[in-house]
Amino acid sequence: MDITINKQMVQKNEKEKDFTPVFKINNLNLWYGQDHALKDIKFDIPEKQVTAIIGPSGCGKSTFIKTLNRMVEMVPIVRMSGEIVYREKNIFDPKYGVEELRTQVGMVFQKPNPFPKSIYENVAYGPRIHGIKNKKVLDEVVEKSLRGAAIWDEVKDRLHENAYGLSGGQQQRLCIARCLAIEPDVILMDEPTSALDPISTLKVEELVQELKKDYSIVIVTHNMQQAARISDRTAFFLNGEVVEYTDTSTLFSNPSDKRTEDYITGRFG
Amino acid sequence: MVSRDKSNQKSIRSMIQENKSSRSQSAVMEKVVPKLFLICAIISIFTTIGIVFTLLTETFTFFNRISIVEFFTNTRWFPFAADKHADFGIIALIMGTLTVTAIAMVVAIPIGLAAAIYLSEYASAKTRKVIKPILEVLAGIPTIVYGFFALTFVTPLLDKIIPGGISIFNALSPGIVVGIMIIPMIASLSEDAMNAVPNSMREGALALGATRFEVAMKVVLPAALSGVIASFVLGISRAIGETMIVTIAGGSRPTADINLTESIQTMTAYIVQVSQGDTGYGTTIYYSIYAVGMTLFVFTLIMNLLAQFISRKFREEY
Repeated sequence: MDITINKQMVQKNEKEKDFTPVFKINNLNLWYGQDHALKDIKFDIPEKQVTAIIGPSGCGKSTFIKTLNRMVEMVPIVRMSGEIVYREKNIFDPKYGVEELRTQVGMVFQKPNPFPKSIYENVAYGPRIHGIKNKKVLDEVVEKSLRGAAIWDEVKDRLHENAYGLSGGQQQRLCIARCLAIEPDVILMDEPTSALDPISTLKVEELVQELKKDYSIVIVTHNMQQAARISDRTAFFLNGEVVEYTDTSTLFSNPSDKRTEDYITGRFG
Repeated sequence: MVSRDKSNQKSIRSMIQENKSSRSQSAVMEKVVPKLFLICAIISIFTTIGIVFTLLTETFTFFNRISIVEFFTNTRWFPFAADKHADFGIIALIMGTLTVTAIAMVVAIPIGLAAAIYLSEYASAKTRKVIKPILEVLAGIPTIVYGFFALTFVTPLLDKIIPGGISIFNALSPGIVVGIMIIPMIASLSEDAMNAVPNSMREGALALGATRFEVAMKVVLPAALSGVIASFVLGISRAIGETMIVTIAGGSRPTADINLTESIQTMTAYIVQVSQGDTGYGTTIYYSIYAVGMTLFVFTLIMNLLAQFISRKFREEY
């Protein structure tokens, strides 16, 4: 009983807020073998806002964000049902190519994963595989993306040095620049600051605020303060279910579910 | 309970005390064992030095009889002709070796590399579990079996395919078979190098909308390039040093001309031919095998140095 009431409240909250959804998730279920990792997920992700996904370890938040660009299918034993509608198209439709989806929905990973190439080549990689060969165009894209990721000034004199010479925080911003270079629509961030020091974390958080003017951002974080600081809407995941999804200020100041309250006040997780 | 715990503790403590008395023994071991290991290491070093020394002295004797200039400029190799007419121009043997090696690499590099990419980037864990051991079995086949395979299967097959036919002994057939022999080595070593590339890099590329083929060619292969090139060079070294296949199927007619359908002789095959014959100790022919062996040794040495240089230059740090 309790849960159904809450679900109604969640839906009511969503109705109150009107926004253009970029993703509509309908009854998404996901299994790793026998393990039911996502249960009947149903909510909409707004355009040009920051949506935070919070929850304790193992609640399915990383799994969820990876279904949005279908990276979760790298795991061979994964099974899914339901649908995710991205801009009016079901991403699980066999006619909708997974590469096409991923050029629209970029991703930044938990651990910075630059390619073992120069800084320039890292950023130019995406445009290159999508057929852009003109050197001048590439130069412009590289500069624009590095500026967009607020790292240009730090690397402009060493563009042709190996990316592994950068610090962890710089590498992460380089990965964000690499993602920006193909001009995506949505950027998914899977705990992008968990491997970074506080100063680098601050820089990435500022960058996220800057980026949401042009991009829709979904960010997974296990840091509740971070979610409160940078996101517009927050979804609280627990045991593969969405317990509560509403705008961030409401969720943190006036949670409607007891479990959300317990989690954000630090009673578990 | 407590008392038993105590007695247990006591017994362990007393055991340690007892063992202390034998400490002197282990101290001796600690001193002797490293020296034993050092001796083993020295044995292999001295063997190498001994081999190089023998090669050098006998080669030196050979060059006292045949000038080094003639050895490297004459294109004819007819050591068994009567004394005055004998020719010792190693180029003919080198050409035989290089022809076979080139054919082998043309066969082995594309197939081996493609197999490695398939195994590392496309195959499921199950498929890999089946294919890799099969590859390793292929690598364990004695080379003499490959030699007969070349002579009795590949050569007749080529004779049917190639217009105008092919000599029973030729360069093409052993070249192809040496290539087949090397495929598992290149595939297996390249696959190891590509497997060592962290998965996070593949994910990074896939998340940019790269296809699996683009990930393989533009991320994994460049990242693994040093290991892949090392596998090529090991393959080349193996092809240069390969003896049985070329002796059986290559023939014994050294020539500096490049003709894939005619009989050739490689450096290794020549050494076999002389070793099996009734050539007397102290003859020029006897010393010539050392000169040929020395040349072979220098070849592989250069290959290995080149490999180190290339792999250092192409290494992508991650």
